[in-house]
This record gives sequence, structure tokens and C-alpha cells, in this order.
Amino acid sequence: MLTTVLVWLPIAAALAIWLLPLSRYAAGSFALLVSLVEVGLWIDALLRFDFGSPKLQFAQQTDWISSLGVSYSVGLYAFSLWLAGLSVIVMAAAVAYAFWAGRERARAYFGLMLFLTGAVIGVFSSQDLLLFYAFFEMMLIPLYVLVGVWGGPGRRAATIKLVIYTMVGSLLMLAALIVYGLDEGTFDLNKMHASNNTWIFLGFAVAFAIKAPLFPLHGWLPDAYRKAPPEVAAVLSGVVSKTAVYGFLRIVIAKFPEPVHDFRVPILVLATIGLLYGSLLAFRAPDVRGVIAYSSLAQMGLITLGLFAANDLGFDGAILQSVNHGLVSAALFLLAAMVERRTSTGDFDRLGGMARGRPLLATLLIAGGVLTLAVPFSTNFAGEFLVLAGVFQQGWAYGALGALAMVLAAMYALRLISAVLHREPGSAVSDAALDLRPAELGIVVPLVGCLIALSFWPAAISGHAFGGNGKATGALTAPAPYPSSLPMNCVIEKTRFGTMGQCQVVFKKAASK
Amino acid sequence: MIHGPHVDWFALSPELALLAAAAVALLGAVLVPRSWRTPFGAIVAAAGFVASFAFDAVLFAQSPHGQTIVDGAMRRDRFGALAGLIVAAAGLLAVGVSYGERIREHSGEYYALLAAAGGGMIFLGFADNLMTLFLGLEWFSIALYILCAIDGDRERSLEAGLKYLVVGSFGSAILLFGSALVYGATGTIDFERIATATATQHLSGDALLVGGLAMLLVGFGFKTSAAPFHMWTPDVYEGAPTPVTGFMSAATKTAALAVMLRVLITAFPAEEHLWTVTVAVLVCASLAVGNFAALAQANIKRLLAYSSVSQAGFMLIGVASANKLGAEAVLYYLIPYGAMSLGAFAVVAARERELNTAVTLDNLSGFGWERPLLGASMATFMLGFAGFPLTGGFMGKFLVFSAADEHGWWWLTVVGVLATALSLYYYLGVVRAMYMRPSEELQLAPVGGSPPRELLLQVVAGSCLVITVASFVFVQPLLDLCQKAAAALPY
Repeated sequence: MLTTVLVWLPIAAALAIWLLPLSRYAAGSFALLVSLVEVGLWIDALLRFDFGSPKLQFAQQTDWISSLGVSYSVGLYAFSLWLAGLSVIVMAAAVAYAFWAGRERARAYFGLMLFLTGAVIGVFSSQDLLLFYAFFEMMLIPLYVLVGVWGGPGRRAATIKLVIYTMVGSLLMLAALIVYGLDEGTFDLNKMHASNNTWIFLGFAVAFAIKAPLFPLHGWLPDAYRKAPPEVAAVLSGVVSKTAVYGFLRIVIAKFPEPVHDFRVPILVLATIGLLYGSLLAFRAPDVRGVIAYSSLAQMGLITLGLFAANDLGFDGAILQSVNHGLVSAALFLLAAMVERRTSTGDFDRLGGMARGRPLLATLLIAGGVLTLAVPFSTNFAGEFLVLAGVFQQGWAYGALGALAMVLAAMYALRLISAVLHREPGSAVSDAALDLRPAELGIVVPLVGCLIALSFWPAAISGHAFGGNGKATGALTAPAPYPSSLPMNCVIEKTRFGTMGQCQVVFKKAASK
Repeated sequence: MIHGPHVDWFALSPELALLAAAAVALLGAVLVPRSWRTPFGAIVAAAGFVASFAFDAVLFAQSPHGQTIVDGAMRRDRFGALAGLIVAAAGLLAVGVSYGERIREHSGEYYALLAAAGGGMIFLGFADNLMTLFLGLEWFSIALYILCAIDGDRERSLEAGLKYLVVGSFGSAILLFGSALVYGATGTIDFERIATATATQHLSGDALLVGGLAMLLVGFGFKTSAAPFHMWTPDVYEGAPTPVTGFMSAATKTAALAVMLRVLITAFPAEEHLWTVTVAVLVCASLAVGNFAALAQANIKRLLAYSSVSQAGFMLIGVASANKLGAEAVLYYLIPYGAMSLGAFAVVAARERELNTAVTLDNLSGFGWERPLLGASMATFMLGFAGFPLTGGFMGKFLVFSAADEHGWWWLTVVGVLATALSLYYYLGVVRAMYMRPSEELQLAPVGGSPPRELLLQVVAGSCLVITVASFVFVQPLLDLCQKAAAALPY
């Protein structure tokens, strides 16, 4: 029941906002209230969640199209719970920012944001393939309108690219899921058997690769992230891209073990290229949002490396890093929005010197940048480390190149910080541009706060992403395609408190085994 | 003395109700004072459609086992009843759209013809031999020819009527010729006996029979506006009065697809290997032509016309699959399709009356914000045509694709998927025009202000919206109805 409420409460609230003649202020505050209630509901779910059990929790199932074996089936696994948590927190921050910034046509706007919240949680919780697809597509409707109506100049081309790219991917997925579901006689993910059909696998994999996006299917990304309203860009990069992670994990990896095995090398290679290429582009990007956008491309490559490392380290790292990246990119996009609001530009040419007299902005931006570059002892570092340790087992080169990307991350993050905060004041930076207001702090500080809290205990997620013994391979319902007795398995136990120090200890243990 | 056959009058009640309504409306055109003619005609036609819907519903409930009536000329079963339900509902909504239309002279005749056309379509759904098939087809076609041309002051309307008459008659003639060939081959016009004769006399592959079947398919192609027999569609849809276009797009397609399913499944099971491929070719042609041509349209009615060609392609996937799921899928798809199509034309009618000019993508600018309900409805219809979830259009596509896959033709699913991707551009283009055009592109209503909002039109658009969304949520109950209806066909 709780899952259903999490999914449908925001959608019902969206309908209410559209139908009731609310004022702008009332619509915004109502939407914010609902987003916060969502966070509250999620915390309730978190507290009641049994991390000792690998089973589906808060599950609910009702027949939908019984003649084809389609049902309304929702529920949460541990990793879905974390991704849903990321969504409600980021969505609440985005709604709060939009409320504070005062978006035009408030009723339409906030209704769409809430609708999007419901659709995203729906994706993370659906246990039926058709339902998953329905939510996956439903996300696109509010995104299309949000970018197309409230976006910046050039938004029309951005929306067309966004929609065509993602729809081509997801329509191929529709064809694949029909073939797969009719073959199985059911669309219930918990009952479907693994398949070794390469074409069906590709239908799903390409859809998620576009959504993530992965190199070379990222053509829609720079425009969409730049032209969208900043809080929508935060949602796109923070939350929506993570639906692809969920899809990879819940469907592609769990249901197509053989094709995943066959395609592992190409996927890992593309992910590595994406990681390096995205990092380089981020380093060359001429504006704030460009850096964050391309760094998202790089980070999605990294997360994919973790997913297709196909061992517990990689899975745990991918989930942890998904949450980390979601929070940090949302925080950065919102900070970018605050900078743009003060200077009406995001171009590095016209920015600079904003640290002087604006300590709060400087502190938060530096915190965000430093987290992005995965400074040791940060949760991002723990996530990246797990991913790289995981993928190292598939080939040392992935690990080495991934480590190189961490260096590149440091370069672009520091460049972002210095271009905005340091140097001479830019032409667009006037002395009248104020430091962050309390309301803005109230929006960004919780996001950064979550990251700092996670830095103390990254294993809260990485050690609790798959329930039971903490092994991803047992938690997914398909027969585990990987030997679950990988020698590195003992490592995961020891990274529970993992920042750099602990990880080293663990490696010694693994080696001594 | 000639003994007439026994007539099951109750089975004919849906058509009779509409014929009666047509007669009363015609009388009203003469006897009722001029100022009351429009409301009188509308109320009578609406009452006719409501009565027809009710009779169809009872007929559906009371005909669990199909039986032939009127000496084998017609068939009383749930399949025809369900098609009749859809047509009657579409007719009722079309009356709602028509009410505000400025039909200058002939409003009484207009509603009479609308009811008569509906009666013909419902009759066609129950047809059980080639004679009644042709009768029903001509019955509603003639009514529609006149309806298209009824706005005699507008050249466009006359042109549409003439074009529809010429091309439609051509289609009917081919269908009639095909019927003659089939009769020549099998010696019978009864659907079931055609199948038995084909089987017992080993006529499968017979040149006359195959030629007749091909011509029948061409005739159906004209009526469902499937490519390459769609050339009348854009001109007629554009020229005809918008409520007529809406009614045609929803109801004609229902009747034509229903009778096509019935004929192919009942009369030509032995030629399945031929007509499935032919219909698949029609599917590919319709999807290609409809979607590519729609990309280039600026006039919304033409855009919707090509969209209806492409939607015919999607629905024909269910026919081409030649399985039970396919028939169910087509019947199901017709419900949200009818609602979306009528709803979209209702919105076009609203804008047309506001601006007093043809509606194009350009002069839809800002419409979504000016008229929230109509705009949101139109956006939903477009998303539904494009197959987005939360609309029945998604389920319809899912079901026809599933049927194709069940038939083993997964490639047809892929074709459908690619066509859907293509269609996104123009369907979302309408949404873009309504909501995302910058304010300087706004083309406001003409000086003197827009006419007052028409409550009836809003109600129609709202009902279509509700049907579109509800058919997504309550897909199983609707599918149950379709299953019962499809069970009447001899799969």
C-alpha cells in the first residue's frame, strides 16, 4: 500500500492542482507540501524496511489485463528504495526551487512536476514489465512540456531531440517487451524467466542506454541539460537518468544473463569511452551547465561500468554512485541556477570572482565541486572506488582508465570552481549580486547534507542495496548468472564503513585469502 | 402470395430507432418553426442515438450465441452489437459537436442524415451476406456524401462532397464487382456458405474467388481509408463540416473495420494466407503514407486526416494477424480511437468557430493556455494517437502489436513501432503549437472577440477525454466485452 501511495499521491495532487483554481502561491506551496510528504513517506518506508531480507517489500498486486498476464504490481527492493529516496529528495528540492524562483503558469508547472515525481517513483517500483514501460513513457510527457514551455531559448530543438531520441529507444523496448512477455505468458517481472534472445536484450539495452545516456547515444543530452529550466535539468540528470540504472539492473542484467555476458566487453568499452570522453568535454565546456551535463555523461559511464562489472562490488558501487551522483548533480544544477539568476549567464567568459563577499555560495559550490571530483573520504569516492574495484576484475584496463577519469574529474571540477568563484570578477558579475538567500540555502544545504552524511557511512547504501547477505546476485530473482563465490565477495563485508582507509585493509584480506 | 422471411424485429431495433429518428427529424424540418429546427433536430437525433445505444446494449446482453436472422441476410451477435455500440456513442457525441455549427439552411435534414448514416453503419455491422453488406455500405455512404456537401455556401464543402461521391462510388463499385465474382465462384452470397463452398468444392486458389476477394479488399480499403486507397481522405476531411468529419473518422472506420473482420474471417478462412499478407501490405502502405504525409501538413484537419490513415494502418495490424487477439485488439482500439478522433475534431470545431477560419498549426498558438480544458483534451488526444501511456491509444497499440507477435509476425510490430516514432513529430507538433509557441506568434481571435464558450462542445471534449483515459485504466473490462464480441467470429 505504501508504494502505491508513494506513486499515486503526487499524481492525484497534480490533478488537484490542475483542476482547482489555486493562486500561484497556493499551487507552489501545495506542491512543495506534497513533495515533503513524499519525503516523509519515504523515510517511513526506510525505517520499516527490512534490510535483512532480499525479498520484495511493500508489495501490492492487482490484476490489470488478466488475459495477457499483465498486472498492476509494485513493490520495493532495497536498491529501488534508495533510488526512490533519491527521487523524492531531489524532486522536493526542485519543486522548492521552482516555488522560490516563481515560475510562470504555476498550476500547470507544479502539476507537471508532481506528475513527474509519481511517474519516476512508478518506474522504480513497478514489478510488471508493461507497468514499468507505462511509467517509463509517462515520465516523458511532463519532461517534454516542462522543457518546451519553461526552457530557455532554443528549447524547441532541445525538446524535439529529447523526445525523438528517447522515444525511439523506448518504442524498440515496447516491441521487445511484447515479444518477451507473450513468450513468457506473463509480464510479471518476478515470474518471468531469463531469456537468451539477443534481439530482445538489445531492445531493452538500447532504450536504457539512450535514457542514461551512454556514449554514443548522448546526442540529446547537452541541449536538454542546457535549455531546460535548471531545476528540471537537475531532475533530468539527478533522477531521470537513474531510471536507466534501474532498468539495466532490474531487467537487462537480471533477465538476460547470456546476452549480457556476450555484450559485456563492448558495453564496458563504450562506458569507459563515455567516462573519458564526457570528462574531457566537461573540461572543455564553456559554461557552468555544460560542465555539469558532460560530467553527468561521464558519471553515467562510470555507473554502467559498475553495473556490467557483474559482481557485488560493482552493483553496490553502482547503486551508491547513482545516489551520490543524483544528489551532487542536482545540487550543482541548482547552484548553477542561482548563479545564472544573479548574473543572467552561465558562460565562464563573463563569470568569475563570485567568492568575494559571497561566502555561502562559495562554500556550497566548492563543496559540490569537491564531492564531484570524488575527494577521498567522500561518499563519491567510496562509490567510485567500489565501481572501479569491481570492474577491475573484468580487466585491469577499465580500472586504470576509470582512475584516470577521476583525475580528469578533478580537473573539470576545479576549473568550474575557479571559473565561477575565483579570478577577476567577470563582466556579468555585479557587486549587487547577493550571496545565497536563506531560502536557497534551505534548498541546497539538505542535498549537500545528505552527501556529507553518506560520506560518514557510505555502506548505509552500498552495504544495504540488495538485502539479505548484501549480495546483488542473490537478490535479483533471475537465476544468478555469476558465480556468487567470487573471491572479492569478502571485500564487500569490509567496505561497510568504507572510505579509503578501510578499503586498503580489505584488499589485504582479499589478497591473503 | 409471397411469404416473407421471419423477421427478428428486435435485432433490427438499433437501426430502426435511428431510421425513426431520421424520419422525425425530416418531418421537423418541415413542420417545426424555423427557429426551433436546430434544437429539435439535434434532440431527435440524440434521442435516436441514445435509443440505438440502449438497444445495442440489450442486444449485446441477450445474444451470447450468434444466430442468423431475416433468412440469413443478417446475423444477430455480439460482434455486430459491439460495433453498433461504438457507432451509436460516436453519433451521440457527433450530435454534440454539430449543435453549435453554423449550418445555415438545412439543419433538420442534417440531423436526419446523421441519424440515417449511423443506422446504415450499425446495419453494416450485422450484415451476413454480400447483398446486405453492399446495402449497408451504400446506405451510410449516400448519407455521408450529402452530409459532406451540406454546407452549400462553401465551395470546399461542395468539392468534398463531390470528391467523396466519385471516389466512394468507385470503391463501392469495385466492392460490388468483387461480390459478383465471389458469387460466380461459389454460387452463394452468404458469408458462411462461401466458406463451406470453398472448402467442399476445393475452390481455394480459384482465380474468380481470389479476384473477388482482392476486389472486396480494395473496397474495404476505400472505406477504412487505408493507403493506397486513401486519396479522398485529406480533401474530404478538410472540406466537410468539422462535425461530419469527426463522425466519419470515428464511426465509418468502426463499421468498415468490423465488417472487414467479419467477411474475412467468416467467408474466407481458406484464403487466409492470401489476405493476411495483403492486409499486411495495406498496413505498411498506410503507416508509411499516413505518417510521412502528415509530417508536412499545416492544416489541422488534413493532419488529422493523414493521422486517420496511419491509425487505420495500426488497426489493420489486428486484422492482418488473423487471430482472436487481433479481432479483440481492433475492437478495443476502436473505442479510444473513436473518442480521440471525435474529441480532436470537436476541439478543431471549437477553434474554427472562434476564429472563423480554417485551423492551422499557426493559429493554434496559445490555444492551450486560452482554453485549458480543450487544450488539455487535445494534448491528451494527440498523445493518445502517438501511443503514450495513460491513454487507451497506448493499450490499443500494445494489443495490436501483441496480436501481430502472436501471429508470428514480429516484424509487423517493428514496422508499427517505427511508424509510431515517426508520428511523434507531428502529434507532438500540435502540442507544441498549442503550448510552446512564443507569444509573438499568437494569433488571437478576430476583432469583436471570440464567441462565448460552448458548453456542449466542452462536454463532448471532456467526455472523449474521460473515455480516452478510462480505457487505459479499465482495459480488462473493455477487453472482456471485446472478447465476447470476437467470440462470435468463427476463429
